[in-house]
Amino acid sequence: MLRYALKRLVSLAISLVVASVVIFAMVEVVPGDPAAYMLGINATEETLNALRDQLGLNGTLLERYAGWVGGMLRGDFGTSYTYRTPVAEMIGERLWISLPLALFALTLSTAIAFPAGIWAASKRGSLVDTSVMGVTQLGVAIPNFWFAMLMVLVFAINLRWFNAGGFAGWDAGILPAMKSLTLPAIALALPQASILARVMRSSLLDTLGEDFIRTARAKGLSKRQALWRHALRNALIPVLTIIGLQFSFLMAGAIIIENVFFLPGLGRLVFQSISARDLIVVESVVMLLVFAVVMVNFAVDLAYAVVDPRLRVRA
Amino acid sequence: MSLLEIEGLDLDIHGAPILRGVSMSVAPGQIVGVIGESGSGKSMTAFAVLQLLPEGAMCRGRVELNGHDMLGLPEPSLCRLRGNEVGMVFQEPMTALNPIKTIGEQVAETILIHEDVSKRAAMARAREALDRCELPGDRFPMSRYPHELSGGQRQRVVIAMAIALRPKLLIADEPTTALDVTTQAEILRLIRRLVEEDSMGCMLITHDLAVVADMADEIVIMRRGEVVEAGPTAQVFAEMNHPYTRALFEASGHQPVREAQTQSVPLLQVRDAVRDYALPRNRLFAPQDYFRAVNRVSLTIERGESLGLVGESGCGKSTLTRAILGLEELQGGEILLDGAPVFSGHQPNRAVRRRMQVVFQDPYGSFNPRWKVARLVAEPFHLMDARPADWRDQVAKVLEDVGIGADAMHRYIHEFSGGQRQRIAIARALILRPELVVLDEAVSALDVSIRAQILDLLAALQKDYGLSYLFISHDLSVVRNITDRVLVMRAGEIVEQGKTAAVFDNPQNWYTKKLIEAAPVLPDHGVAGGGAE
Repeated sequence: MLRYALKRLVSLAISLVVASVVIFAMVEVVPGDPAAYMLGINATEETLNALRDQLGLNGTLLERYAGWVGGMLRGDFGTSYTYRTPVAEMIGERLWISLPLALFALTLSTAIAFPAGIWAASKRGSLVDTSVMGVTQLGVAIPNFWFAMLMVLVFAINLRWFNAGGFAGWDAGILPAMKSLTLPAIALALPQASILARVMRSSLLDTLGEDFIRTARAKGLSKRQALWRHALRNALIPVLTIIGLQFSFLMAGAIIIENVFFLPGLGRLVFQSISARDLIVVESVVMLLVFAVVMVNFAVDLAYAVVDPRLRVRA
Repeated sequence: MSLLEIEGLDLDIHGAPILRGVSMSVAPGQIVGVIGESGSGKSMTAFAVLQLLPEGAMCRGRVELNGHDMLGLPEPSLCRLRGNEVGMVFQEPMTALNPIKTIGEQVAETILIHEDVSKRAAMARAREALDRCELPGDRFPMSRYPHELSGGQRQRVVIAMAIALRPKLLIADEPTTALDVTTQAEILRLIRRLVEEDSMGCMLITHDLAVVADMADEIVIMRRGEVVEAGPTAQVFAEMNHPYTRALFEASGHQPVREAQTQSVPLLQVRDAVRDYALPRNRLFAPQDYFRAVNRVSLTIERGESLGLVGESGCGKSTLTRAILGLEELQGGEILLDGAPVFSGHQPNRAVRRRMQVVFQDPYGSFNPRWKVARLVAEPFHLMDARPADWRDQVAKVLEDVGIGADAMHRYIHEFSGGQRQRIAIARALILRPELVVLDEAVSALDVSIRAQILDLLAALQKDYGLSYLFISHDLSVVRNITDRVLVMRAGEIVEQGKTAAVFDNPQNWYTKKLIEAAPVLPDHGVAGGGAE
């Protein structure tokens, strides 16, 4: 198990290095000079050069890459070209919204998907199964921003249970902060829950058709016992894969929902930075997201090994 | 009094008749062999006893197990009986165990489900059950997972689960079909010992007459959901009242009519073939280790000859086959077809490849389900530079030759039975008019009567097409009946070779002797044999 974890760690490190090189290279080839963008068209070559020096844009490629990576390792992500504030600070603020939002949404989607998927699988072909399949079909088909707008209309504008947007801030206390994340989290969670429930159901049905379930039944286990004791854990592998992918998506892909609810999250930060050519912010946020995705995959890999003893050996 | 009494059992699944008027009984300490081909309803009879039937199943009749009316009991009562009064062993040991639970947990679960004992006590009794199934604690600790065990060992775990509570009845559904002959003999011996020790009744389901001939006190022969003949084993073998019994018996030992047509011209020559597989490295900079799957094997197949290659799983016969077919490169030695190398450079030699073809074991998995038969059979034409203009006529002709008929061309493979699919596989192998056909367990998955027909077909085609066969099988009786010469392979090496009859009648190598002894044999026709020992 330890060796498995170590191997995963090595591959994690390699992924991070490769990703940093790719991100750096992409930002390098993007046309547009941040210094020119910041100073406007009337700037002289001298002032431009001075600013480039200040921003660390004048070294060789290798120097700049080393400077960027070294800075990140120390927690120094550089200074935003547009806001003139440290990127680390900007990311830090936004992370405190995006990360809780992603975790909230993931918890919701798992809490909905597991029971729904298990229930549908255990009553295959019944009314329950058909309804779960029908509802999740809708959930997959309807885009989440439409859900979001619908919820704003019903719960914020008509019923006035929630605010229509904005973030209360963690200073206001956990409950108000969570309350302002609730509608966005639900909007993010519903399509994810639909997909996850369907994966759970089909994976569980596959497992329930396996020979060892028949063996368990021949031992005297009831259908229910066989499902909970033998099928569920075996059915988890594909479900874990989807959860990992979904978490990665939630971290980076919440842009639209953040916009609908006026949440200052990472997604909006990336969007704004790209429009403003604030490449150092883009670079850093993208690298951070890559880091998050890689870490989630690492966690999912470890979870695989916990679930399935065969993987501990194979690696 | 009988332990299990089945009387007039009818079973329908979604309205389709599966069993009709099945009656049989098992007494304590008695082994009853239930024999039939696929679709005969033998497994469904077992599942009807346990009431573990698929959805939409409807039973009528009477199934009484140790005084319990199995058809009338509610599900919770049935759960209390399963595993407790009746244990079951299945065909596929590789998939019958939960891959993510230890063997100890899985055996102990049988006990924990039925008795109010501590986990510790259950584990101790599980240990006992595993010991009884000859899985000693020093080599097979309870913390082992199924994937760490071989097929035979897994089957012992399944048996340990089934007998942990010393049930009155043991149902074994093809318990050895997926195993090698020597492992089969050991598992059958184990079952017989357990039946004697616990005075269990045992319902032994199999398609192999030879297996029950040795083991069973009584046999029941089933066909299309009905019992066609039943009685004490010796008597049934002696009388064979029903024509189907006779047909089954004859098909089991079927010897196709064939004349030796070996010419003393070598067709395939394998010289000192070596095939190594790289093993996974344990440490980062560890030197690369290899597993030698084929170790300096030499053999020759002459024109018109049928050569048998026998050995147990893992002996290297499949690896050797792949090398002969040019699917994998050798690490040493050479393989020549008619003097030309199978591999030239690091590429398979297409000119040689088209002169030999292969038929695999699984008639279900070896076809693309989305292609029509015409395209499936014509597929080997890609080995030619261009597909001949009259390819459709050639496909039609070869389909006629294998007894399928040209109108099959426009149908999909799922429309055919297993035996028909194997005929189509043979047609596909013959379309390029090869000189050598490799038959890799080509009849192992077929029912005995179908197998007999395919063997006849192969014998006829050998004559018409002037073929040489390399016949790879774990089934000694089939190899004996269809080959001129035989090679015995063990651990990557040929340990014995010679004329088939000579090797079987007078084996020299200890391993060949062991294989032949382990293989169950049919009693001679009309002579009482087998029975209880």
